[in-house]
Amino acid sequence: MEDKIKNILTEYRPSGREDLISVLQLIQGTFDYIPEEAINVLSQEFSLPPSKIYSIATFYNQFRFTSKGKYHIKVCNGTACHIYGSEEILREIEKQLAIKPGQKTNDGMFSLEAAPCIGACSLSPVVRINSAYYKNTTAGEIKEVLQLYRNNEEQ
Amino acid sequence: MIEIEVNNKIIEANKGEFLLSTLKRNGMHVPTLCHMKDLFPTGSCRMCVVEMEGMDNLVPACSYPVNEWMRIKTHSPRVVSARKMLVELLLSNHPDDCLYCIRNGNCELQKLAEELNVHERRFFGNRAKGKIDNSSPSVVHNPEKCILCGRCVRYCDEILQVSAIDFIGRGNSATIGTEFNHGLNLSTCIDCGQCIMVCPTGALHEKTSQNKIRQVIHDKTKHVVGFFDSGVAVSLAEEFGFKPGKNIEQLITTALRIIGFDKVYDSGFAGDLMINEMAHEWLTRIKNNKNLPLIATHCPSWVKYAERNYPELKEHFTAINPPQEIMGSIIKNYYAHKAGLNKENIYVVSLTTCTARKEERLRKNYTEHGISYVDTVMTTRELADFIKLHGIDLNQIEEELTDLPFGMSSTVGKMVASPGGLSEGIARTAFYKANNRELRPPRITKLRNNKARKEYRFRKNGHEYLMLAVHGLAEAKNVIKEMKQGHIYPDFIEILTCKEGCLNGGGQPLRMPEDYINYRRKAVYNIDNQGAIKTAHKNPEIEELYSKYLEAPGSEKSVKLLYNPELTDKK
Repeated sequence: MEDKIKNILTEYRPSGREDLISVLQLIQGTFDYIPEEAINVLSQEFSLPPSKIYSIATFYNQFRFTSKGKYHIKVCNGTACHIYGSEEILREIEKQLAIKPGQKTNDGMFSLEAAPCIGACSLSPVVRINSAYYKNTTAGEIKEVLQLYRNNEEQ
Repeated sequence: MIEIEVNNKIIEANKGEFLLSTLKRNGMHVPTLCHMKDLFPTGSCRMCVVEMEGMDNLVPACSYPVNEWMRIKTHSPRVVSARKMLVELLLSNHPDDCLYCIRNGNCELQKLAEELNVHERRFFGNRAKGKIDNSSPSVVHNPEKCILCGRCVRYCDEILQVSAIDFIGRGNSATIGTEFNHGLNLSTCIDCGQCIMVCPTGALHEKTSQNKIRQVIHDKTKHVVGFFDSGVAVSLAEEFGFKPGKNIEQLITTALRIIGFDKVYDSGFAGDLMINEMAHEWLTRIKNNKNLPLIATHCPSWVKYAERNYPELKEHFTAINPPQEIMGSIIKNYYAHKAGLNKENIYVVSLTTCTARKEERLRKNYTEHGISYVDTVMTTRELADFIKLHGIDLNQIEEELTDLPFGMSSTVGKMVASPGGLSEGIARTAFYKANNRELRPPRITKLRNNKARKEYRFRKNGHEYLMLAVHGLAEAKNVIKEMKQGHIYPDFIEILTCKEGCLNGGGQPLRMPEDYINYRRKAVYNIDNQGAIKTAHKNPEIEELYSKYLEAPGSEKSVKLLYNPELTDKK
């Protein structure tokens, strides 16, 4: 893994801390998330304390610190979706899967993300699971959808 | 010099300085929260806002430069209600368990609520939740009480340049923590405890073991031995309403005896032993011209930092244990044998100004068969609480002397707490050992100013040897960097992590005025000016210990008892 990260750095050749976010994006592009080793390598590369890099990475919603599950659930929490009750949907998913946003279920099946806005306000509240959109959805509906995914998996 | 109008009164101000400094200098009080002396203001908490004529919004006094046309109101109804609202919002998710809080009575948030007459809960937020980080042996972080003022983050980053903690997340879900929330023991934290000193609430505090000590003291089978360092002796007075800078070591001795300590010793004795050994080690290295500069490692935070960041300097580290461990080792080995006591039944309590000593005592080098030389470390704050808990009024008790033999200390042994103190002690003893006469005058003023880096040139056989005494980790880093680049060639480096050394350690009384540090420093040097034994090698009890048991500095017995086995082989 460290080699891969080093390769990214040699290819990108960051000039200073202003390139940190771009490098983090590249790392997430390669690994699908930001591994802990990456932060330590970057800390050496940029001469920044690891706590600071972690702080910067957690500030932005785009960065993940666990890999995606087989089904990646994105709950839109933008203004429109929020008003139409996305919070309730998020709570329901958290309850069903027993995970919080940014986490993955133990079996690796689902991962959850609360997105600030996924740009589909006309469909609000909207939930995206991998490439499928669930528009104008409700907590009850999402519960059934999750059950469907589980049943499919068991067969 | 310009004039500005504040609350219908004309006051003088320096152009360009921040408004808050002007107001403070003129005795006008404006509450602050995130503001820290010596750091560039962030203006993020908005507690210091004032109303300025011609401005639509309130402006933060801490980060607004003064200008000639200014007309300001510091306590207009709008300002007061804004400040009050801020406190109410900060309290909206606060646990509100002040009665059980470690900072009850000296909490800044509590004080602000009182000052701004907050008497009812207007906003009901979800109570802040978070896991208490108990992982570090010295510092406990409770995110529930955190109000995100960011002072600990900035201090750790800007003054110490350690950056163990930072903000995690954003907005409502922001917290303060280490990378990946692994906990302080797995972070870059060096246990210095300065974050505790700047925390306005109870979100950061030291890990205490008071209950354990209370049990042990009443256990008849245990022989409880306590020793305190001079930093405690000159600062504890502040907690009891004495004049700041009063040296109350004899009152502490009495108080500890009343509480039930069997023996009370003075860390200065261990300081003397350390100075004797270190002077010997330094002269040996000078003679062999090997592994210079000698870098002192009596500051546990510096040790922890250096191990991680400068492993290549390990050969330069002194092999001699820090005073606390010297004392513990002497008590558990030499004293136990002499007094006919079983090691397991001796309970050693170290009273110190430092939180990192709590981590130091757990190090493998300072244990024997899994038992630490020192069983508990108590900071100045904890000691104050402990004395109050036992209902002892320091004004009403007699002064008593510490027990012999380890209660006898020269004045330099006590000066180790102040930056430059160790260097001065080493210089005196090394001068005597090299030239067979005492250094005259013994007082080295060059090592007594309050610069971050103090220099002294030690003379021996026509050669000059540069001694550096550094306090503040940032300056220490500069010194190491310059040394590596070949700009300076020091022969001895004394490093204390905290600014102003142990006198401003992480276990010192909280919320004391900034100038108290000067009183403490003065008190330590007063000990030296008035004391009779001014050199470590002239301490009669040390001389006796050497003649009866240890033989000479650097002898086999000394090495076994007082040296760090990890570093001894490399000599």
